[in-house]
Amino acid sequence: MTQAVDIALRPRAEVLGQALPALLAAADHLAGSVILGDHGRRRAGMGDEFWQFRPAHAGDTARMIDWRRSARGDATFVREREWQAAQSVMLWVDPSRSMQFSGDKSRASKADRAQLLALALGILLLRGGERVGLAGQDVPARSGRAQTERLARGILAAGAEDYGKPDTTGLVAHGRMVILSDFLGDLAGVEDAIARASDRGVRGALVQVLDPAEEEFPFDGRTIFESMGGSLRHETLRAGDLRARYLARLAERKERLATLARASGWHLTAHHTGQSAQSALLWLYRAVEAPF
Amino acid sequence: MWMIGPIGFTAPLLLLGLILLPVLWFLLRAIPPAPIKRRFPGVALLLGLDDETTETDKTPWWLLLLRALAIAAAIIAFAGPVLNPQARAPGNGPLLVLIDGGWADARDWTRRQDRSVALVEEAGRNGRPVAVVRLSDAPEAVVFQTADAVLSRLAAMEPQPFAPNALQGWVDVLPAGEFDSFWLSNGLDHEGRAVLETALQNRGALTVFSSPRPIFALHPASFAEGMVKIAASRLPATGEVQAEVVARGLDPSGIERELARVAVTFPDGQSQTEAAFDLPPELRNRITRFELVGQRTAGAVSLTDDSLKRRKIALITGESDAEGLLLLSQSHYLRQALAPVADLLDGGLQDVLLANPDVIVLADVARLSAEDEKGLLEWIQKGGLLLRFAGPRMAASESAVDGTDPLLPVTLRQGGRAIGGAMSWGEPKPLAPFAEDTPFHGLEVPPEVTVTEQVLAQPGPELAGRTIAALADGTPLVTRRVEGQGQVVLVHVTANADWSNLPLSVLFVQMLERLAVSTRPAVPEESDLAGQIWVPEEVVDAYGQVVAVDDLPGVPGEDLAKAIPGRAMPPGLYAGAERRVALNVMAADTALTPAEWAEGVAVEGIEMVRETALKGAFLSGALALLMVDILAALFLSGRLAARLGPGVAVLILALALMPQGRAQAQDSSLPDDALALEATTALRLAYVMTDDQRVNDMAKAGLLGLSMRLWDRTTVEPLEPIGVDLEKDDLAFFPFLYWPMTANQPIPSSEAYAKLNRFMRTGGMLFLDSRDGGMTGSPEQRRMQEIALRLDIPPLEPIPPDHVLTRTFYLLQDFPGRFIGQPLWVEAAPPDAEQAEGMPFRNLNDGVTPVVLGSADYAAAWAVDDYDQPLVPVGRGNSGERQREIAYRFGINLIMHVLTGNYKSDQVHVPALLERLGQ
Repeated sequence: MTQAVDIALRPRAEVLGQALPALLAAADHLAGSVILGDHGRRRAGMGDEFWQFRPAHAGDTARMIDWRRSARGDATFVREREWQAAQSVMLWVDPSRSMQFSGDKSRASKADRAQLLALALGILLLRGGERVGLAGQDVPARSGRAQTERLARGILAAGAEDYGKPDTTGLVAHGRMVILSDFLGDLAGVEDAIARASDRGVRGALVQVLDPAEEEFPFDGRTIFESMGGSLRHETLRAGDLRARYLARLAERKERLATLARASGWHLTAHHTGQSAQSALLWLYRAVEAPF
Repeated sequence: MWMIGPIGFTAPLLLLGLILLPVLWFLLRAIPPAPIKRRFPGVALLLGLDDETTETDKTPWWLLLLRALAIAAAIIAFAGPVLNPQARAPGNGPLLVLIDGGWADARDWTRRQDRSVALVEEAGRNGRPVAVVRLSDAPEAVVFQTADAVLSRLAAMEPQPFAPNALQGWVDVLPAGEFDSFWLSNGLDHEGRAVLETALQNRGALTVFSSPRPIFALHPASFAEGMVKIAASRLPATGEVQAEVVARGLDPSGIERELARVAVTFPDGQSQTEAAFDLPPELRNRITRFELVGQRTAGAVSLTDDSLKRRKIALITGESDAEGLLLLSQSHYLRQALAPVADLLDGGLQDVLLANPDVIVLADVARLSAEDEKGLLEWIQKGGLLLRFAGPRMAASESAVDGTDPLLPVTLRQGGRAIGGAMSWGEPKPLAPFAEDTPFHGLEVPPEVTVTEQVLAQPGPELAGRTIAALADGTPLVTRRVEGQGQVVLVHVTANADWSNLPLSVLFVQMLERLAVSTRPAVPEESDLAGQIWVPEEVVDAYGQVVAVDDLPGVPGEDLAKAIPGRAMPPGLYAGAERRVALNVMAADTALTPAEWAEGVAVEGIEMVRETALKGAFLSGALALLMVDILAALFLSGRLAARLGPGVAVLILALALMPQGRAQAQDSSLPDDALALEATTALRLAYVMTDDQRVNDMAKAGLLGLSMRLWDRTTVEPLEPIGVDLEKDDLAFFPFLYWPMTANQPIPSSEAYAKLNRFMRTGGMLFLDSRDGGMTGSPEQRRMQEIALRLDIPPLEPIPPDHVLTRTFYLLQDFPGRFIGQPLWVEAAPPDAEQAEGMPFRNLNDGVTPVVLGSADYAAAWAVDDYDQPLVPVGRGNSGERQREIAYRFGINLIMHVLTGNYKSDQVHVPALLERLGQ
């Protein structure tokens, strides 16, 4: 992708991200993988912010005593700090060619919408102090505004295969993962990826980005359908007749995804490029924020 | 050429291509519509789905038919089809084209012209010499020329407003040798037509073109049974036809209007019908002409003259309402003479004066009250005609004798005289022939008319001048004096047969006519018209347009009496000394006789059967079918709805909105409120939009420049100028209207004139600019004269040096525009204006001039572009800039004059006012 598109994508994503309050990811059960971040855990622990003074008891080293507080009385006090932690969220945007599809010239392609959503979410999370990275690419989870730039670059990478398969490399254990794809390829890959993520304690959200044309199948007449890469091909004389059966298959696929998400504790939504991106972002925000 | 019915083919062999159509049919049937290739990620879900029904791979039959038709149309198109191919064998030798050129030709003159042009052009292509004659012209030698020379003359040829007559005169001027003739007849028989027809047939083939369009004509109107009746004729007399006759005349404000309209029906088989107008005398007297609606020929116009005008005459006698013998009554013979031709008023003098009669007849009334006398005098001075008859009372009256009666043309001698009676010498006196300068000149004096008794006039120096009829011995019988705009006439005998047998003779009636007391009930006879020269005031052209003329020679009454319009005597209104006579194309007894052509003469309709090449039509038909085929193919492959969906919606929406658009167009004829708002929110200068956009733009730029100068220098702050359409827009919003003249701009309608006159009356100023630099006789100037003719313009004079325009803002003596030194015409100062004491100018107090006429192209001198830079160069160098500056100053003065009126002129009183204040 060119730099120009990169430049165009980022401001658009920032505009979208500004419309929401900063995201404070719920990270109450995170244990081992917790790394100090900006958010207080409402209990004493490691961090920068003052939490409370407590009387010193045996085992506290002399260095831990807050002499300024202790000098006001006879007892010695220890200054405790609030325990602060940050969440690691890995994003995966389907880079496959099927995402390039758009049913109408006036509609953005699915890839466009998925990238926008992902980056907006990334910006929101970064603003909340979370660590965000891209799964399957060499963009490890980090915090800070500079990460936005790296996210934008990584998200725009496009793959050559027809249908994508979620990549779980680079996942941080007990982190979060967000998968944006059309899920029109082989679902086994998705199941596999979610199983591997769950193994590492990663939960997350699945966003199925579809074009309205894929939902409605508004075709008729003699037609040769080809996949975006040209690897699949199907010819029909009356496309209209296929509509009902196509829609049934699509519904069945959605059902499978829903079952999968339910079983593994992931969130699932379907998003159409004909709808506004805002609602999808709102949903994602809630999904990532929600405790698991 | 190969013909099928009316269609011929230039390349019929190509039609063999139609045999290929069945082959094509089979070929097309075998090929199914091409599939669409779609990229669709959802294909993964489609894999393995089979079609439920197996559609035929073949093209549907109707699509095949469509394509076959398209190809058939293309094949036929290239075979060169021609509708109505002209197979007429071209003649050889010279060709003579005769056009009737009378009033009846006017109903379809352009088609006649087209027809003759086609004939001449065809002859020109065949190298035949041609001559074209208009039979309504005087016969002159016919010369064959090349077609080019004839064509230019043909284009300028117009029909004449009368029927051709004496066609036999053309026989002698026909060229020698053989030639073919085409005669474009108007369908009417003319004098000598058969003779000319025979002569033409003897010289070669004669073809006649005759138009099937019916001819309508109006006969002169007459007055009968209290109604105006007017007969209408038509030819041919078949079928029931509705027509409308309108009466036109001037309304009280002098604008021509339709006064009445009557529908008439020609029953089937009848060639004549009659329209009857029942109108009050006021309206009837205003009628100037009748027209058949929709017929634009001279024959469908019937001018009216005095014969339709019924004068209002008040009859007042001196005798009381005593019982008496009818034949001895003073008013009996007057009543008999006048009742058929005039509306008589009875009653007291004060009562009839209120009715404002045209004539008041006083029969032996000697004594009038002072009030009556004053009223009568006023009425006479405003143009009334007082006709008095003598009688015993008058003879005994003292005021008549001592010269104090202002209502007598001469002073009378005491008593009078009686001749030929038992107690007197001498014979009753006959009348002397009427002198040449009297109104009675030309009337024949019957020898049996004699006078036995009369009142005598006191001899005096003016008596001879006032005498308009005398007895054989020279005693005045009728005397007349002009009083103001009216006149007083005294007949020195009684109005009954007591003193003379004049009232018993036909001469009495004729004299009353000549005095314009009564008017002719019927067509004037030769004796009425003879001896005078009648000058045409209005003439009718072939299309029935009435045009005022003042440069045509008069015609002798003897010719006019024949009532046959011709070259020297076009139909129109002819004015004599005392009356006006209308000469119409159709006399009361003129019949529309159809021309009967001899056996063997080919008569064709005037409609040209044109060769029409159908190649284009067939090709576009094929193209259209192919377009339909595209749609059909799209439909079959399922792409139609997707591609055309929005388009079809837009189309339906547009169709739904269309009637509203039409409704809006109708509304636009209403006065435009937007203009009113625009014009009244601020002062705006306005200009009249002409037919020439360039002139309009210049006028707008000029007024813009003037407006800017006004902003800069004065407290007048006009916004952008507005162009007004005289026919549509209201002028009441503008104080000032600039009207540049163009050579061809249309004469405004009567309504527009009424608007303009109202505009000027209510204080607006019209500035007419002929833009020609004062060139005499330029087309613009002529147009300006024509337009100004019907404007209510006061007397004008070149602007005097003390006119208020010279000092309303700047002190000026020059009024240049783009040209310099042109006179500017403004309303003339009243003749009694005097120079005020110690003032350099006259005391011209009243009125803003409602019209200013110039020729110096003022708008061009004022014109600026959007950046306030002058648009048009004026003069040269500095002097040119100075000229432009003076032009601006003149414009500012002009606007100041419009807006402040005579304010500057009022300043003449300043010294007097200051003096009065004790300063």
